[in-house]
Amino acid sequence: MAQTDSAPPDLLAVQGSVSQRQLQDGLFAIVGLLTILVATIILLALVLQLAIQGFPRLTWQFFTSFPSSEWQQAGILSAWIGSALVMLVTAAIAVPLGVAAGIYLEEYARKNWLSALIEINVTNLAGVPSIVYGLLALGFFNDLLKLGESILTAGLTLALLILPIVIVTTREALRAIPNSLREAAYALGASRWQMIWDHILPYASGSILTGVIIGLSRAIGETAPLITIGALTFIAFLPPAPIQPSFPYISLEWLQAPFTVLPIQMFNWVSRPEPEFQINAAAAGTVLIGMTLAMNGFAIYLRYRFRRGVKW
Amino acid sequence: MVEKVSTSLSSLSMLQPKAEVRNLNFYYGATQALKQINLVVPEKRVTALIGPSGCGKTTLLRCFNRMHDLYPGNRYEGEILLDRINILERRVDPIAVRMRVSMVFQRPNPFPKSIYENVAYGLRVQGLLKRDFIDHQVEQSLRSAALWDEVKDRLKDSALNLSGGQQQRLCIARALATEPELILFDEPTSALDPIATSSIEDLMSQLKQQVTILIVTHSMQQAARLSDYTAFMYLGEMLEFNQTTTLFNQPLHQQTEDYVRGRFG
Repeated sequence: MAQTDSAPPDLLAVQGSVSQRQLQDGLFAIVGLLTILVATIILLALVLQLAIQGFPRLTWQFFTSFPSSEWQQAGILSAWIGSALVMLVTAAIAVPLGVAAGIYLEEYARKNWLSALIEINVTNLAGVPSIVYGLLALGFFNDLLKLGESILTAGLTLALLILPIVIVTTREALRAIPNSLREAAYALGASRWQMIWDHILPYASGSILTGVIIGLSRAIGETAPLITIGALTFIAFLPPAPIQPSFPYISLEWLQAPFTVLPIQMFNWVSRPEPEFQINAAAAGTVLIGMTLAMNGFAIYLRYRFRRGVKW
Repeated sequence: MVEKVSTSLSSLSMLQPKAEVRNLNFYYGATQALKQINLVVPEKRVTALIGPSGCGKTTLLRCFNRMHDLYPGNRYEGEILLDRINILERRVDPIAVRMRVSMVFQRPNPFPKSIYENVAYGLRVQGLLKRDFIDHQVEQSLRSAALWDEVKDRLKDSALNLSGGQQQRLCIARALATEPELILFDEPTSALDPIATSSIEDLMSQLKQQVTILIVTHSMQQAARLSDYTAFMYLGEMLEFNQTTTLFNQPLHQQTEDYVRGRFG
């Protein structure tokens, strides 16, 4: 510190270390950019290749035909209807259960060791490999509850799989609502349930829906747990229609029907020796990616829609 | 000290009390935040709570509508009588208390709903459905909050499109709609600019015609301008309570004098 009363340090003297630090900064930016480019380009190339390969088969006939041993006649009718119905059951079970669990954990449960334990477990469940859920479902839904190799079993299994995602996003959505709004509702004489139902839940619904859709778009691509519970790979009939022409008009028989889904159909075609079936598989893959992208796009739209005009 | 407080209280004894605090202690977990508080809130007057940060004035205010019940670990001892009923008693439901005692918060916190729905919400939670009645109450409350002329043509618009001062007046209208007997104001102008502040202050001095007001404020000028009675709190204790003019001009305690003269705070 002998220099304290002399002139300030020469700016040129520190230039060396400054340039070195700026060099580090620049290097990292370049490395980061390269990594992102490599990752996106590879992904994009895969998707594009799939789409280009499968494009010639994406005809009306492809969507309205059952699988067949002749590749020209084979289609994904039973697969996409199966996927849609399984998703319907999954959503119908996972959304109410997951949102209710999230509300309970965030707004009702006392913060103690028990709720901490539940929280850790829910987060861990989100990381359990999906085939483990398949085994659980095979033992519990299929054997014990005798639900069979049905759409209901598949829906329940995938609902279990995405339940942690729905619970965690619900809790995060609720946590993002400022406490001042809760207090405002309470101060007007609202009960806890009125506060949640009239305020917190509507304000959080955009984020909750986003979480639900992200969960569903994960579920739609799942293969392993469904093969475990015994989904068929070749199915040439549709489940009974949910709406009947005669009384009581609504039928739930489709829940017990055997089924297949898009990824299983795709897997089946990929394992065929004939190269033409690979093209069918590519086409089915394109449809699956299209469905996932559409769901994610819808989630982004919802988030935008709900957050516009809601600010705090 | 206790003797002096009681003499100053006895000079106020001819007042019609709306609420009365008796020997109130309040604990956040193991921490005692309020110590042996005694206070009279006179009917249809403005009573101000002043004191340095952390003295417990907001804590005391939030006892009046049992806001502390929302968080675990809080504990009351003593009494707050509202028309001679102790609202701190266990068998009194906090929801019932909040239907008679409403609150306006430090920052405007309108619901992200329409202006109309914001004001109507206090009635809706009580299960009131009659449209005519709700329309009438919404209009009356907005008029009392001096907001009606500005918003009457856009009641369906989002409350979030209003300015900060308008939002706070909307929150006051929302608090008025259930016709409460006592309104608690927790530093209602601290997030507002001077013009909005003066309009809220005008509003409060009009409101005391119809309702009892208890206000926490950081600004001594505001307390002096607005209130009829002032209580000075210090380190969780009620040091002095008197008519505002007396408290500001002839304070009994050295701390009160130092605070109102701006020597600390």
